Amino acid sequence: MSNEPKLTVIPFGPQHPVLPEPVQLQFYVDEEKIVDVLPNIGYIHRGIERAAELNDYRRNLYLCERICGICNIIHGQTYAGLIEKMTDTEIPIRAKYLRTIWAEIARLQSHLLWIGLFAEAVGFESLFMKVWRDRELVLELTEATNGHRIHMGTTVIGGVTKDMDEALISRYQKDMDKLKKEMDDWAHVFRKDPAFLSKTVNKGILPKKDAVHSGAVGPVIRASGIPQDMRNNGYEAYGELDFEPVVYDNCDVQGRVLVRLDECYQSVDLIKKALNQLPEGPIAVKNEKFPDGEAIYRTEQPRGEVFYYAKGNNTIHLERVRIRTPTLPNIPPLLGMLVGHDVADIPAIVHSIDPCMSCTERITDIKEVA
Amino acid sequence: MPSFLGNIIENLFGKPATVKYPFEKPEPVPGTRGELNFNMAKCDQCQDCERTCPSAAITVYPEEKRIEWNSFQCIYCHACVRACMHEAIEPLINVEAPDYKKRVKSFEA
Repeated sequence: MSNEPKLTVIPFGPQHPVLPEPVQLQFYVDEEKIVDVLPNIGYIHRGIERAAELNDYRRNLYLCERICGICNIIHGQTYAGLIEKMTDTEIPIRAKYLRTIWAEIARLQSHLLWIGLFAEAVGFESLFMKVWRDRELVLELTEATNGHRIHMGTTVIGGVTKDMDEALISRYQKDMDKLKKEMDDWAHVFRKDPAFLSKTVNKGILPKKDAVHSGAVGPVIRASGIPQDMRNNGYEAYGELDFEPVVYDNCDVQGRVLVRLDECYQSVDLIKKALNQLPEGPIAVKNEKFPDGEAIYRTEQPRGEVFYYAKGNNTIHLERVRIRTPTLPNIPPLLGMLVGHDVADIPAIVHSIDPCMSCTERITDIKEVA
Repeated sequence: MPSFLGNIIENLFGKPATVKYPFEKPEPVPGTRGELNFNMAKCDQCQDCERTCPSAAITVYPEEKRIEWNSFQCIYCHACVRACMHEAIEPLINVEAPDYKKRVKSFEA
């Protein structure tokens, strides 16, 4: 870097209008072209893992739900799944289906939120409002299910706390059809609009090989042509719903938009299918044992694979909890995507990985100031 | 564009989606997890709720037959409602109002 005196450093963040959450990216630019990027994370470290080790393992469920504001229900389900694996608890089949439905609802609202924010980031502000208006349908369903718009609090170790009656099921079916119709109204803008395509096609290129080598997850790797999706493993009820991941070969920002757009349609179909086959029965079982031994559990969040590890010692405390959320493995691919592009493309490319920083912050490095 | 036009006309003649909060109170949806109300006639001070509470918002004083509930520390998960063997916690369906002071509610037998 030092032998190229013409490079300018542009700090981007931690507080920036484009970024919803604090992350700093230092851009080394030559005129308008980005030559190098240096990331700096750790602005909202909260010590979740340490708190999880000090807590009673049952209370950790509520802590894990608060790691992220958007994919909270999937965090809760992943932690519950991990403890159920450690204590050999088999949850009832109806609880599995209900968890699947609510996880897809969470994915739907997260993807719609992202699509709206992305539309705003590339300059389509009325489209942003239109998408968020339709997202309201999903949030109202969440509210009707458990009484709250965001924090579900519906998962317990051994099942779920809320049930769905006939009236709610028919409301879900009706609203899913309505949402699909509303999405058809604006989906073509993301596929065909020339102004939109000029900001996304051939921007932020991540070739198939680089996506594998840099360890990308979720929609980022699926947009590079690799069908990597944790739902393939068939956890909860996904094994019975004939799930096929959405894959695109575009390898650019447009591919990531299309993957998320098609996943919205896929989520609607999965919810409808799960509601049709919803089995009868109890919704929770009591977990009798304390967690013992080691276990890992992986699920698919809207942003990609989330990884939980825990080590128990047959007491109410866990010895070690490790959480890896999907934005962390997506940061190295992001750095590669940005190099060679113009400064004006930064918002679209940074947004294309759907960064969620408060999920990511598991480590922080405090520098000593002399 | 035609779909946008429909929304514009709807918004022009429709009612606002929001309410003027301090003057008008929104109707809570059924199933809202609201404030806790401890029925001390049913309570036997077993402290199950205190042990279950993830945010340590409940303190039970068995000698005084008194329960303190900190509504500002509570995360409204209702884990205590499910834990109570005697169904002594009867939650309200409401949305807790903001306040100037972090007050603690006390329930006595």
